[in-house]
Amino acid sequence: MSENAEDKELSIPAQADGAEPGATEGAASSVTGGETAGATLTKDAAPGEILLKVTGLQKHFPIRKGLLQRQTGAVRAVDGIDFEVRAGETLGVVGESGCGKSTMGRLITRLLEPTAGKVEFEGKDITHLGVGGMRPLRRDVQMIFQDPYSSLNPRHTIGTIVGAPFRLQKVTPEGGIKKEVQRLLSVVGLNPEHYNRYPHEFSGGQRQRIGIARALALNPKLVVADEPVSALDVSIQAQVVNLLDDLQQELGLTYVIIAHDLSVVRHVSDRIAVMYLGKIVELADREALYKAPMHPYTKALMSAVPIPDPKRRSAKSERILLRGDVPSPISPPSGCRFHTRCWKATEICRTTEPPLLELKPGQRVACHHPENFEDQAPQDTVLLSAAKDAGELVPDAVLAESAETSEALAAEVAEQTEVAEMSEQAEAAEVGAEAERVEKSDSGDK
Amino acid sequence: MTAPLHDTTAEAAPTAPADPAETGATKVEGRSLKQIAWNRLKQDKVALAGGAFVLFLTLVAVFAPLIVGLLGHPPNQFNQDKLDPLTNLPQGAWGGVSSDFLFGVEPNKGRDVFSRIVYGARISLLVAFLAAVVAVALGTLFGIIAGYFGGWIDALISRTMDVLLSFPQLLFIISLVSVLPDDLLGLTGSGVRIAVLVLVIGFFGWPYVGRIVRGQTLSLREREYVEAARSLGGGRRHILFRELLPNLVAPILVYATLMIPTNILTEAALSFLGAGVRPPTASWGGMLRDALETYEHDPMFMVFPGATIFVTVLAFNLFGDGLRDALDPKGTR
Repeated sequence: MSENAEDKELSIPAQADGAEPGATEGAASSVTGGETAGATLTKDAAPGEILLKVTGLQKHFPIRKGLLQRQTGAVRAVDGIDFEVRAGETLGVVGESGCGKSTMGRLITRLLEPTAGKVEFEGKDITHLGVGGMRPLRRDVQMIFQDPYSSLNPRHTIGTIVGAPFRLQKVTPEGGIKKEVQRLLSVVGLNPEHYNRYPHEFSGGQRQRIGIARALALNPKLVVADEPVSALDVSIQAQVVNLLDDLQQELGLTYVIIAHDLSVVRHVSDRIAVMYLGKIVELADREALYKAPMHPYTKALMSAVPIPDPKRRSAKSERILLRGDVPSPISPPSGCRFHTRCWKATEICRTTEPPLLELKPGQRVACHHPENFEDQAPQDTVLLSAAKDAGELVPDAVLAESAETSEALAAEVAEQTEVAEMSEQAEAAEVGAEAERVEKSDSGDK
Repeated sequence: MTAPLHDTTAEAAPTAPADPAETGATKVEGRSLKQIAWNRLKQDKVALAGGAFVLFLTLVAVFAPLIVGLLGHPPNQFNQDKLDPLTNLPQGAWGGVSSDFLFGVEPNKGRDVFSRIVYGARISLLVAFLAAVVAVALGTLFGIIAGYFGGWIDALISRTMDVLLSFPQLLFIISLVSVLPDDLLGLTGSGVRIAVLVLVIGFFGWPYVGRIVRGQTLSLREREYVEAARSLGGGRRHILFRELLPNLVAPILVYATLMIPTNILTEAALSFLGAGVRPPTASWGGMLRDALETYEHDPMFMVFPGATIFVTVLAFNLFGDGLRDALDPKGTR
C-alpha cells in the first residue's frame, strides 16, 4: 500500500452535507503524502474520545408458533451489553459460535433493530433511526462482511460495487466516481484496471479487498468487520489483516473486529471484549487479557489457542476443556450464564448475575470468582455439583491456580487429594488382604 | 456437455485472474456472465438449431406480406378453380401441393394454406410473446415483493397465486370471450380477441413465474450483498431492482422462453375451440378446426398446421432448455 500512499493523495470524498467544515479542512491539510497522513487523524473525534457508546443493548428474535403466530419465546441473541469504542482504537470481539457477536455487529451498524438499550454514535442516539434517518450516518459507519463470495453482487462489475456508496449517498468525489474507485482499488492493493471485471474473476482474498474498498469508499469513521478473514485461506488471512492494519494507520480508522480466531484478534486489537451467550463477560486491554484473563471463560478460551512451539507446549498450562455445549439462548441459565460449565461455580453464580465491573484499571469482568484477582464472593464456599463435574476436565495445574482465588475450589481440591490418598491407602490395604487370603486358601488346600 | 466447457476455459485462459501485475501488462478485459453464457450456448448445437428456427419464424411473421407476395396468394383469396367441383376437395395429390401452392389449398374454400400458415404465425407469436411479457412482468413484480418482504404480504400473494393456479383457465376464457362485446376500448374484431387472449393467458400465467421468482428471492435476500447495500444506505427499491433483479434475470429469461410454446399451444387450443381470433383471420388452431371437417378425405390440410405448431413448440423448448443449461451450468445434467 505504501507505493500508493507516496505518490497519490489520500483525498477524502467530498462531504456534501457541509455539517463538518472542520473535518474537511483537517482532511485537506493532513492528506499530503503517506507519512503525514498516517500521523494525523482526519476525524473530528480526537483519538481516545468515545466514538460509539452502547448501553444495555438487547436483541431478542421472537419465536412464533401456531396459526395465529403467537410469540412463544425469544432467542436472546444479545442480552444487555455495555461497551464503548474510542476513536482510533480497534476493539476485538471474540466468543464461540452463536454467542451473539455477529448480531451485535449488525445492531451497532443498525442493520438490525435493537429490542432494547441504546446505541450512541458521536453522542447521537441512533438506536431507533429509520432507513432515511440512518442514511447520512451510513457514511460514517461501514461494515466489512464475512463471506467474500456472497458479499459482492455477482451481476455487478467491481466498478459498480465499489462505486455504489457514492451513488447511494449521492456524493460525487473529486475527479468523478470512476477515478475515485480506481484509486480505492489501488489503495487496497488491487489493479485499478480491473474496474470492469466481475467478482467471479477474483480469488477470495481479492474479493475481500474489494469489500474493504467498498467499506472505505465514503471515508467512514467506524468500520465494523464481521469475521473479515474467517472465510479466507490462512496464508491470505495475514495479508488481509495487515491491510486492515495499514489502512488504520493511514486513514485513522476505528475498528470493531468480530472474530472467533483468537490469534487474529490478538494481532489486531487494542482492546478485546469476550462474549458468552449474548453477554460480555470480560472487556480488557489486549495485554491484560492475554497475560491475566480474569473470567474463567476467557481463560478456557485462551487455552484453546494452539501453541506453535512444541517445546513451549508443556511449559504452558494445558488446555481447558469445557463440558457440554453452549446452553440455548432461548432459555439461558439463571445468574451467571457460564455457571453450568464453570469449574468455580458456587451457589451465588446460579442465583445472582454478576455485573460487569472494572476490577482492575482497564479490565472489566463479570464474575463472582474471577481468576488472578481476589474472590468477589468469598462467603460462598461450596461448589456446585456441576462445577465439580466441570473440574474433572480441567488440568490440575489450572485447578490449583484457580484454587488460589476461590475458597470453594480450594476446599474441593484439598478434599479430592485427601480422597485420592485415602483411596490409595484403602487400595493398598485391600491388595494386602487379598494376598493374605490367597495365601490362606493355598495353605488350606494342602 | 464436458467438451464444450473445456473449450470455454481454454478461451478464458488469457483473461483468467492471475497475478494482477501480469495481467495488467497484457490484456485486462473482464468477461461478463453474459459472454460466458453465450460461449456455452454456442457449443449446444441443438439449442442453436432451435434458436435459429425461432428466429426464422419471427422473421417470417414480421415479413409475412412480403413472403406471401413472393411465394403465395393472398390469405383470404378463394381459389375455387383449384378445387374438385364435385367433392370440393383440392385437385392433385397431397392436398393440392404444387409449385404455385406450396402447402396445397384448403378444401371447400380453396385458400392458400401456405399463406394462411405464414399469417397464422403472426397471431400465434404475437399472442404468445405478449402474453409471456404480461406474465413475466406481473410474476416478477409480485414474486420479488412476496419473497423480499415476506410476512402477510407474502401470504396474500402466495394464496392468490394458489387460487389462480387452481382456476379452470380454458373454461374461464371461453365464457369470457362469449360475453365480451365485439368492440371494446376502441379495438374492433380481431383486435379485441387478441387483446383478450394476451391479457387472459398472461394473467393466468404469472403465478408460475411468480413462484419461481419468489423462491429465488427468498434465497437471494439472505446474501450478504443485500446487507451490504443496506449498510450503504440503499433503499428498498434499490435492493429489489438493482441488487436482486439482475440475479433473477437468468431464471426469468429461461422461464419466459419455455412459456412461449405453452402460450402458443393455449392460443391454438382456444382458436380450435372457437374462442380465439375470428374466422377470416388466419390462425393455426383455427385451421386445425377447419381441417377437422374433411380430414378423412384430405389429411394434408390437418398435417400442415399441426406440423407447424409441433415444430415451433419443439424449437422453443429446445432453445429454452439450451438457454437454461447455458445460464445455469450448475443445474442438473
